[in-house]
Amino acid sequence: MGSFVRHTLTYPSYMKFFLVLVPCIITVLIMFRNQYDNDICTWSPQGRIHQIEYALEAVKQGSAAVGLRSKTHAILLVLKRSSGDLSSYQKKIIKIDDHIGIAIAGLTSDARVLSNFMRTQAMHSKMLYNRPLPVYRIVSAIGDKAQANTQHYGGRPYGVGLLIVGYDEKGPHLYEFAPSGNFFEYYAMSIGARSQSAKTYLEKHYELFADATLDELVRHGLHALRDTLQQDKEIDTQNCTVGVVGEDQKFETIEGDRLQRYLDLLDGGDTGQGGETVESMDTE
Amino acid sequence: MDRFSGNFDRFSDLFNPYDSNPTNANHAIGDFTKCTRKPLVMGSTVLGLEYQDGVMIAADTLGSWGQLARYRNESRIYPVGNFTVLGAAGDMSDFQHTKHMLDSLMIKEYYTNDDHVLSTPHIYEYLSRVLYHRRSKLDPLWNTYVVGGYNNGERFLGYVDLLGTTYQSSIVATGLGAYFAQPILRNAVEGREGILTEAEAIEILNTCMKILFYRECKTLNRIQRAKVTADGVEISEPYALPTEWSFGEGIRGFGTQTQ
Repeated sequence: MGSFVRHTLTYPSYMKFFLVLVPCIITVLIMFRNQYDNDICTWSPQGRIHQIEYALEAVKQGSAAVGLRSKTHAILLVLKRSSGDLSSYQKKIIKIDDHIGIAIAGLTSDARVLSNFMRTQAMHSKMLYNRPLPVYRIVSAIGDKAQANTQHYGGRPYGVGLLIVGYDEKGPHLYEFAPSGNFFEYYAMSIGARSQSAKTYLEKHYELFADATLDELVRHGLHALRDTLQQDKEIDTQNCTVGVVGEDQKFETIEGDRLQRYLDLLDGGDTGQGGETVESMDTE
Repeated sequence: MDRFSGNFDRFSDLFNPYDSNPTNANHAIGDFTKCTRKPLVMGSTVLGLEYQDGVMIAADTLGSWGQLARYRNESRIYPVGNFTVLGAAGDMSDFQHTKHMLDSLMIKEYYTNDDHVLSTPHIYEYLSRVLYHRRSKLDPLWNTYVVGGYNNGERFLGYVDLLGTTYQSSIVATGLGAYFAQPILRNAVEGREGILTEAEAIEILNTCMKILFYRECKTLNRIQRAKVTADGVEISEPYALPTEWSFGEGIRGFGTQTQ
C-alpha cells in the first residue's frame, strides 16, 4: 500500500500501460487509415477511386428529389429542409430555361455553379440558333464538366446530384446526373436521403406513368416522395416543391398554397401514413 | 467608296499625318486587318416564294466581274442539310466561305448523334448572327442571302443581308429584283401561298427572271431553280429562258440603228 502511494507520486505503475498502449493504438490507426483516398487521382488497389465514391455519398446526404415522366410531361418533386423553426426552407428546384429545370441533392453551392453554366448554355443556344437546347446536350455538357473534375490532381468532384427534366423536339426527358460524370435517362428516378424508398415505389408503378395525366403523375410523385420521409414527418405546402414541364407547358415550379390541390390528391394525405406508405413498406 | 472626310481630295492619301482612315489599320508590321472593301465577282438577283408544297427559289448563274459577264456558270443556290436551301447574291468568294462554314456547322451538329438537326429557322438565325457579327467587325460578308426551307409541315422563307438585317416573308427578292420582281411577286403570290401550284410557281419565277434579264445587265437568261418540299431539297440543272428581242426593231436607240 505504502509503496503504491510512493510510486504514484513519481511514476505510477499503470502509466506503463499508457506508454505502451498509446503508440500501439496510433500505429494501428495509421495501418488501417485509407492510404488511397487523399486525392482524386489515386487508384486504390481494388480499382476504386475513393474521392469519387465520397462525392457520390454527398448526394445521399441531401434531402430527396424524385423525377418521373409521362408521354407528355416530365416532373420533379423535392423535399426541402430548413435548419430550424426560425429559418426558411432551402430551395431545391432551379429553372434553367423555359423548357428545362433541375432538382438538386447534395451541396447547394455546387448546384448553383452547375445551374449557372447550364443557363449560359441554354441562352447560347437561344441566341445563336433560336433553338431551345436539346436536353441530352445540356446533360452531356455538365457530364463532361464533372468528369474533368475527377481527373486532375488537387481538384474535387462536384458534391451534388441532379435530376434534370426537359421538353424538346423529341418529347419529355428525365436524366440523372452524378458527381462521377455519369448520366442516364430514366422513366422515373429518385436521388438523395432515403431515396431507395421512393425508388421502390417508382419501380412498382412506373408502367402506369407513360399514359398518366399530369395530376396522376404528380400524385405518383408525391407518393414516392412521401416514402422518403422520417417517421414523424409529413409533406406539406412548405417543405415540398413540384416542378413541371411538358407539351405546350413551360417549366414552372408549384409550391406554397398552389401545391395544396395536389397534396389533396394523396391517399390519407393528412397523416403522411396513408395506404400507399403501408403498401410500400410491405415491399421493402 | 471613301467615306472619310480627310480623304475627300485625292491627294490626302499622300499626306495624312494622323492616318485617320480606320481601314488603314496596318500601323505595325504584321498587325493589319483584311476585309472586303470592294466585292469583286458579284451575283445579282435571287427570288424566293412560298407555294402550296413548300418554298421555291430561283437565281441566274452569272458571276459578274464589274460590268463584265465573267463567269456564266456560277451556281448561286446551295443546299444546307436536307430541308434548307440557301440562295446568295453579292460577292461570290464570301458565298463560298459561307458554304464552307455552314457545311462544317452541319457536320458538327451531327457529332452528338442524338437525332436533333438544325432546321431552317435555326440555320437562318445562325447565318444572321454571323453576318451581323462580321458587319460589327467592319468586315462584312458582302452578300444578301435568301434562306428557304420546309420543316414539320411549315414553310420558311427569310432574307438576311450584309448588315445582318433580317425579315421573313412569303416573297423575297434581292438586288434589282427587289425593284423589278418584288411587285410582280406580291401580286402573284401574297394571299395565295396555300393554293399556288408548283407549275404556277415555276411560271411566276421564270417570268420574273426573264424581266430581270431584259432590264438588268448583270442578269443572265440562264437560271437555276430550287424547291424545298416535304420530300427535301431539289435543285434543278441550269436552263435557259427563251427570250424575244424582235420588238427592239421598233424602238429608237436600240441596237446599232441610225436615225
